Amino acid sequence: MDEQTEDRLTQLIAQYRDVAGGLLPLLHAIQDSLGYVPVDAVPAIARGLHLSRAEVHGVISFYHDFRSEPAGAHLLQICRAEACQAMGSRALEAYAKTRLGIDYGGTTTDGAVTLEPVYCLGNCACSPSVRLDHEIHARVDAARLDELLAGLGAVTSQ
Amino acid sequence: MTASLRLFLPRDTTALALGADRVAAALAREAASRGLPVELVRNGSRGLFWLEPLLEAELRGERVAFGPVDSASLPSILAALAANPGNHPLYLGPVEEIPYLKSQQRLTFARAGQGNPLCLDSYRKLAGFSGLERALRLDAQDIVTAVTESGLRGRGGAAFPAGIKWQTVLDAPGEQKYIVCNADEGDSGTFADRLLMEADPYQLIEGMIIAGLAVGASRGYIYMRSEYPRARDVLASAIERARARQYLGNNICGSGRAFELELRLGAGAYICGEETALLDSLEGKRGVVRAKPPLPAIAGLFGRPTVVNNVLTLAAVTTVLAQGAAFYRDFGTGRSRGTIAVQLAGNIRRGGLVELAFGATLRELVQDYGGGTHSGRPVRAIQVGGPLGAYLPESLWDTPLDYEAFAGINAMLGHGGVVVFDDSVDMAAQARFAMAFCAVESCGKCTPCRIGSVRGMEVIDRIIARQAPTENLALLRDLCDTMEAGSLCAMGGLTPSPVRSALAHFPEDFS
Ligand SMILES: Cc1cc2nc3c(=O)[nH]c(=O)nc-3n(C[C@H](O)[C@H](O)[C@H](O)COP(=O)(O)O)c2cc1C
Ligand code: SF4
Ligand code: FES
Repeated sequence: MDEQTEDRLTQLIAQYRDVAGGLLPLLHAIQDSLGYVPVDAVPAIARGLHLSRAEVHGVISFYHDFRSEPAGAHLLQICRAEACQAMGSRALEAYAKTRLGIDYGGTTTDGAVTLEPVYCLGNCACSPSVRLDHEIHARVDAARLDELLAGLGAVTSQ
Repeated sequence: MTASLRLFLPRDTTALALGADRVAAALAREAASRGLPVELVRNGSRGLFWLEPLLEAELRGERVAFGPVDSASLPSILAALAANPGNHPLYLGPVEEIPYLKSQQRLTFARAGQGNPLCLDSYRKLAGFSGLERALRLDAQDIVTAVTESGLRGRGGAAFPAGIKWQTVLDAPGEQKYIVCNADEGDSGTFADRLLMEADPYQLIEGMIIAGLAVGASRGYIYMRSEYPRARDVLASAIERARARQYLGNNICGSGRAFELELRLGAGAYICGEETALLDSLEGKRGVVRAKPPLPAIAGLFGRPTVVNNVLTLAAVTTVLAQGAAFYRDFGTGRSRGTIAVQLAGNIRRGGLVELAFGATLRELVQDYGGGTHSGRPVRAIQVGGPLGAYLPESLWDTPLDYEAFAGINAMLGHGGVVVFDDSVDMAAQARFAMAFCAVESCGKCTPCRIGSVRGMEVIDRIIARQAPTENLALLRDLCDTMEAGSLCAMGGLTPSPVRSALAHFPEDFS
């Protein structure tokens, strides 16, 4: 961790150390700020919140949202749940994997996109749904996914 | 100066996902280039999602609708509004006369889509806070009694009587008690909690304050899934505004009573919708299911007496208090009182939210409201109640929406999600998915759930590959029995439900 990251971390830990059950909000805040929760951050988090390192690590690894490695510049989540399946999300996820040349959990070689599964985005009346960073998109087929990816600029893997 | 034209365009997740912000930007440009004074209100959605983005215009005191609109249709809509709106191909007439909406019995969703969700004055004008005002005049026991007498049962899935839960918390000794709102809404095919939080957030806040007054809790948490960024923004602002106007804080509406509310985010774990896993998550731990007893009502959050209720349960309480227990109880059938928010999803022509008294049939919902499939092909299977709910074939679509009637066909209403599949569905693949989902989302505490689900996937793979089908089908049935019998919660306990229903009603897909 560089100095700036460490300062940020210290500041966030101070902000949440006295919040009841503050570990999840703290981890969210760290990930919002740094893009991930660095493994190096675990000891400081544990000290700050009076937890064991194993407890902190256990929480980070339990929740799908938290990542220990930086993601690509953009996060693309494809909904795999039933309402989206009923509208062709299985074909969409297969297309996305081929198009990006990665599987779930992977990041494109140019670092532009990380692909993840998600189980429902609450847009089930107009599925299939995807989330690209903070925006949710409805009725997404292969062509629409291409448009969304084109909007990001460089995604080299074709 | 001419009075400006008032228009309404939702800023709801689905409306935005269909381009509502692009439409809003185009509208601003188009109005400017015509020199037309326009006031654009960004409302919540009415839940008629197949018509989103749904643009409403106030004409001579009446709201008329156009939808679904896109940027290209705006010039002609603005022209039509100045001349003869009825001639426009996207014209839908007065919004409240649209049959899909008009025929509903909206109690909880009556305000959805009417105004700016964050405007407290508009909430009050639409009868908001009248339940709270009444509650502030009652003593705690009378509030709980009203909820008990209304017959309201939990809307999160388990349908437990809300009044009994509240009574337990009221009677539990303890200085500190909590109200926890379950806004984890993890079931596929459900979006009612999201819609309510985005369109009418003060109703949830009001319901939680009432719950606090009822059981003597001065603090509440809303646990919302992280998959709902828009709902998070709306609710966070709503909490701030409510606090600024003394609806929250240590002197609610000048009553001297205190209630503080905090919004917390989940982190992508379906099991955290289960109430005890949710409580552990709120405490900053892994979301692992707790053994009961103790009930959360006795020893819940941080070991204190806690009410955990779904968003819609807490919202319904405002109606019970404002209009009376008898008013609410008069809707419904059997032991299912009040209204149910059905969410029509998946392969459906007119997807959206339909709030009706309990008792309508699945067929009425899917055919009359939903208009059949989006693809135009025949409906083959309907999954009701989320990923742990059964797949129902046509012979069962006349079952009335009623908790006991659904239990009678080995199904459940759950949170009211209705996911429609056309005849291209492969039910073996759906059964496999049920096991796969359980494997991904299990909290890991029980072996039948954690390991059984992985075995279940493997067995179904062999059945699909036609390897020893008779033996493997028998094995799958055994596995379902083991999961049902040996799981601590409904994750492992009910995953067999979609699997068994697929096997029972669609055997041709497994042979
Ligand atoms: C695996 C699982 C997931 C659940 N998910 C949710 C959920 O997302 N939202 C919810 O309100 N209830 C959910 N429940 C039900 C809760 O455990 C609990 O019954 C509910 O929050 C109680 O509130 P209610 O009585 O108002 O429904 C879930 C239960 C299980 C077993
Ligand atoms: S059934 Fe599954 S999810 Fe529920 S407690 Fe057991 S392991 Fe956890
Ligand atoms: S199932 Fe995909 S958005 Fe709900």
